[in-house]
Formats: sequence, C-alpha cells, structure tokens
Amino acid sequence: MGGPAAGPDVRSVSEADDWPLWEVFLRGRRGLSHQHVGSLHAPDPELALQNARDLYTRRGEGVSIWVVRSTEVHASDPDDQGPLFDPPADKAYRHPTFYKVPEDLHL
Amino acid sequence: MPPTYSENSRELAFQEAIDADRTVEPRDWMPDRYRSTMVRQIAQHAHSEIIGMQPEGNWITRAPSLRRKAILLAKVQDEAGHGLYLYAAAETLGVERRELLDLLLAGRQKYSSIFNYPTLTWADVGAIGWLVDGAAITNQLALTKTSYGPYARAMVRICREESFHQRQGFELLAELSRGTPAQHQMAQDAVNRWWWPALMMFGPPDAESPNTAQSMAWKIKRVSNDDLRQRFVDMTVPQAGALGLDLPDPQLHWNETRRHYDFGPIDWDEFRQVVGGQGPCNVQRTAVRRAADQEGAWVREAARAWEGRQQGRTSAA
Repeated sequence: MGGPAAGPDVRSVSEADDWPLWEVFLRGRRGLSHQHVGSLHAPDPELALQNARDLYTRRGEGVSIWVVRSTEVHASDPDDQGPLFDPPADKAYRHPTFYKVPEDLHL
Repeated sequence: MPPTYSENSRELAFQEAIDADRTVEPRDWMPDRYRSTMVRQIAQHAHSEIIGMQPEGNWITRAPSLRRKAILLAKVQDEAGHGLYLYAAAETLGVERRELLDLLLAGRQKYSSIFNYPTLTWADVGAIGWLVDGAAITNQLALTKTSYGPYARAMVRICREESFHQRQGFELLAELSRGTPAQHQMAQDAVNRWWWPALMMFGPPDAESPNTAQSMAWKIKRVSNDDLRQRFVDMTVPQAGALGLDLPDPQLHWNETRRHYDFGPIDWDEFRQVVGGQGPCNVQRTAVRRAADQEGAWVREAARAWEGRQQGRTSAA
C-alpha cells in the first residue's frame, strides 16, 4: 500500500461519518511563527478554534491559533524527495563554509 | 498475494531506514504489517485513554475538597485530550476515528485491561495516579522514541502532561497515609488492589509475547515488557517507602547481584481473564462508552446542520 497523492498525511476525510479534519498551528509566543502541532475534528472554523484551544493550549502553549482544513493542504510526495531536493547538494557555493577566507578578519 | 520483487526491495529499504533510526512519516511507503500493527497499537492506546476517564470520572462529584475536584477534573480532561492526540495519530495511517470507535464498541479492538478494575474508594484515585499513571509513563517514555513519527510526537506531549497525574496521585495517597488510621488503611487497601494489575499493564512476559521480536525490529517497541516492568518496580519501591505504604508482595526485595528488585510471580491467569472480557467492569465500561456515543449523537448532528445552514447563508448572500 503506497501513500495517496494529496493531503498532508494519509487520511481520507469522510464528511458523512465524522466532522471534517483540521490542521492546527500555534504561535508559542509573540515573535515566533505559527507551528503545526496536530489535528482535530470540528464541524466549522469557530468550533475548530475552540476545540484547538481546549486540546492544544491547556497549559499556556500558545498566544494565537490557526486552523486549516486538512483537505486544503497540498504536500510534496515523499517518493520525490530525492529529485525534488537534489539540486542544492551540488551548489556548495551557496554556503559560507565554501569560501576560504582569513580567519582573523571576522568575515 | 505473494510479495512482488519490488515490494521485497522496498521492505528491505524500509528496514534499512529503521535501522539507521530514520523516523517513519505518514506518507512514506511502509509494509502493510507495519501499518496494521501501528494502527492497532495506537488505537488501543487511544481507547485506553478515553475508557480510562471512567474509573476516575466516577469520583469527580465525590471529591473531598474543591482543590481535589479541580485537580481530578483537569486530569480526566487531559485523558480525553490524550485520546484525541492518539486518534489523530492513528488517522495519519489512513483509518478514520469513527471506524476505530466503532471497533472499540464492537469489542474488536481492545483497551488496557487495567481499566476493567473498579474504583471502590477515594484512595483508588490516588492509587491510579501513582501506580497506573506511573506504569503508563514508564511505558510511554520508551515510546517517545518509537519509529512512527506522529505516535512518537503524541507520546512526547502526553508524557509532558502526565507527570502531574502521577504526582497528584502520590500526594493524595501521602495525605491519606499520614491521616487517621482509617484513612491510612483506605490508602493501603487501594495499593493492595492496584499493585498487581499495574504490573500486568506492561503485558505478558517477553518469552510469551509473540509480537515483541517484530515490534523491536521495527523499533515500534524500544524496550521489552519485562525490562519496562523491572524499571517500574525499581522506581516505585522507594516511593512506597516514602508513602509509608506496603506493596503486597512478600517476595519483593533488593537483589544486590542484579542491582534490581526481585518480585513475586504475576497471576497471568487473571490477566488473560480480564483481557478476555471477564474482568469486574468490562461490560460496564463498554456500555458507558456506547451510551455516551449515542447520547452525544444529536450534538454532533446539530453542529453539522448548523454549519450547513451557515454555508447556505454565505452562498445566498
């Protein structure tokens, strides 16, 4: 069994049997970006936010929440990982360590 | 269907990645048996969290103080949250939460047999926190390094939250143990009843655990049942001493050669009976779960209908 082509993870969201799935992103504190923390089921955006509050911030883990319908997330295919991310490997000159400079000049 | 050549080579590559400690992520190729083992284990874990709300939830209305009631409410709410993290982790493997809940209600997926024991007194809330959560944390700490990424991440979160569960249980028992002789006796009685079932939580001895070898090879399991059990015993014995409570095992003693505590034989017949449905509360636990599911159905439907109406309004406007 291989992975299906769409969506962030291998899941099929059945609207008939359960509330749809949402991905939850939290900003831990001001100055940080939102990070994915997990997912949950909810019928609408408002309840998704409230459920995310109850589920992922019971101990002050966040100051801001984003919820995104899981079906709206498009992901790269793990089988493409090689070709997709390969080009940078032979472009070592993009890294500062590629260059030999005098150490004492604080470059 | 016999595996094709390419499946074999994919399986070899999968094992090599596991051996190199590469985490498996949801959309990676994985052997069917890895996927089904993972679904079964995560589902059983999720079911344990939500069924585990019942024995303690039983005491919320009778907690002896507002402080204890607030603590117990927070703990039971955490268990619901842990169930939700785990169902979400299982769903990354291509199953749906609803399916898993149906399998639980149909008795086709299990939950930890520990929750088939009754909570007879208030001290049981303490014994569950100290011993049952203590055993669960021992098991779950090892699982934070399990090979399946979403499961490992759920474990990290759960372990972080559960340390308060064990501490509140210890504190509750310490208070009772230092209280009146009747309170001390109540605490001792609870420990007597929960000690052996807590040891059974780690599962059958390694020699009788047929799935262990494959689970270890796939790094789903990182530490064997017997090793985890020993770890728990070694950690718990000094804590019992600090509580002033006895553990109900005359054979329990420090073995200087092994540098571990030796303990007496576990009654595996009892374990098999409880797992097989003959425990004191098996029927009740499933019945309560089924009733909650049925009685909540209208709420789920109403929320969906409301969302449908909102959608209608938006498109009409």
